[in-house]
Amino acid sequence: MNHAISDALVITKRQLLQLSRVPEVLIFSTIQPVMFVLLFRYVFGGSIDSGQPGGYVQLLMPGIFVQTVAFTLVATAAGLAEDMKKGLIDRFRSLPISRGAVVIGRTLGDALLNILVLAIMAITGYVVGWRPTSGMFQITLAFLFLFMFGYALSWIGIFVGLSIKDARTVQNVGFIVTFPLTFLSNAFAPTTGMPRVLQYFAEWNPVSSMVAACRQLFGLENEFGATANSWPSQNPLATSLIYMLLLMIIFIPLSIRKYKNTSA
Amino acid sequence: MKTVEAKHLVKTYRNGEVKALNDLSLDVEEGTVLGVLGPNGAGKTTTVRILATLLKPDSGSATVAGIDVIKHPEKVREVIGLSGQYAAVDETLTGWDNLVMFGRLYHLGRQKSVDRANELLERFDLTEAAKRPITTYSGGMRRRLDLAASLIVRPKVLFLDEPTTGLDPRGRQDMWSVIQELVTGGVTVLLTTQYLEEADQLADDIAVIDRGTVIARGTSDALKTQVGGEKLEITVENIDIAKTQEIVTRVSGHSAYVNTRTVSAPVVNGSRDLMEALRALDEAKIHPLDIGLRRPSLDDVFLSLTGHVAEEVNEEAVIPKKGRKK
Repeated sequence: MNHAISDALVITKRQLLQLSRVPEVLIFSTIQPVMFVLLFRYVFGGSIDSGQPGGYVQLLMPGIFVQTVAFTLVATAAGLAEDMKKGLIDRFRSLPISRGAVVIGRTLGDALLNILVLAIMAITGYVVGWRPTSGMFQITLAFLFLFMFGYALSWIGIFVGLSIKDARTVQNVGFIVTFPLTFLSNAFAPTTGMPRVLQYFAEWNPVSSMVAACRQLFGLENEFGATANSWPSQNPLATSLIYMLLLMIIFIPLSIRKYKNTSA
Repeated sequence: MKTVEAKHLVKTYRNGEVKALNDLSLDVEEGTVLGVLGPNGAGKTTTVRILATLLKPDSGSATVAGIDVIKHPEKVREVIGLSGQYAAVDETLTGWDNLVMFGRLYHLGRQKSVDRANELLERFDLTEAAKRPITTYSGGMRRRLDLAASLIVRPKVLFLDEPTTGLDPRGRQDMWSVIQELVTGGVTVLLTTQYLEEADQLADDIAVIDRGTVIARGTSDALKTQVGGEKLEITVENIDIAKTQEIVTRVSGHSAYVNTRTVSAPVVNGSRDLMEALRALDEAKIHPLDIGLRRPSLDDVFLSLTGHVAEEVNEEAVIPKKGRKK
């Protein structure tokens, strides 16, 4: 058990080393969210009447935070698929290490990367006028939620990466799934303008709960689109927690089992 | 004592459609090198993957250093080293990073991992490249690093899956001398290869496999005798074929075989026979387009053992499907 943890940390360290050896990875994983912040802030910010004191950017930032951590799924899956293709996973599997170590290490590494990306985005947001009005405790809690959400999705990423096994396909499939998932939500625009069916979807979409939870924790009154009296929109914090726990309860054992049984 | 022993291994992919191993049995004596020789798709990689605990056979059994690979894979992993066809190291990291990481994963502890990494880099002539990312390494350097990674804990058994495939002649030579050194150190090696010459250089004993089963087993000399040693080959203009065939038959003592304009026959005295043939050709005023001695190739081994040439099965097409069948 002792080894299981230290083995996982060696794998995590490997990912951090990769970042220092190939800083491009970090640059590109931050450029996209920063670009989104700037584009949405200045392209839509002026025309969307949010009725929000402080402007659209207050609503936008939680949406972009959630969207960014949601892409962890793709990053984890693609990274793992790449390792499998290169034969690195075979090498790891021929070593006397605990079976879960490689995937636990990877999810941890991706989670740590998320902290860095979130920090850079928060700074960018601050520069363009984002000012959370709640207290330090709530703000910290919001980032903790974001971190956990990314971590939970990372475990789905493990499963996807092990199933698809090809980094490029993983990336394409990942974007096809995560883009609609993040846009069919309250992240960027109110769900009230959507057709009825999509409204239901958006209402129950974990992304919406997460965005609403973050908005609440950042001190916003208007939760932007949580219109219906559905349970998730009424209780975004609880809903988000349930979703995260559910994902982890399902995907951690499932992914570890899949890893044990997979031969690339 | 048999350090590696596989008995009646069967492995099929895609619900039995592709039979990768068909009742394969082999063993390796302690401290010796077994060369597993066969074309792509013969089952070499599958055999190695089963013995290295990466894959479970459908049936059959195997032990490595006396440990059952199916019942106690985790114990087997402590005594083996695996170096694959593809250099399986983290390419974005440096050579040093990689070796230290693997040391840590073998639970050597920080300082010991660092010491061992330095030691191995030195030994494999990679000290200068130690702090460069693997992406800047040549093919030969990558293989050496990969091999170094498999030697971190001084394994009892080393599996080398086509260690020189894709290397240039220089890289191949380097790799051979590195492997020979290891063998002198007493480690038991199972090495797969597509090249008869490689098996000849490195292995004490050779198992030829075809379509998932061992079709011949013996020393390199024994196999070569079976195949028939060197061949004299002369290519001439069409009008000279008949006369050349006569000369070659005389020199060889066997009836010469004609394939388009190339006349060939087995010879026992190598260059002496070649010279004799040349002299005879010169007297007959025949100018050969090409002349040479050919050492038996894998194709020759296969042809004489199976009566068919080595059939290349596209293993690449099989590999991605492996995950389906556990």
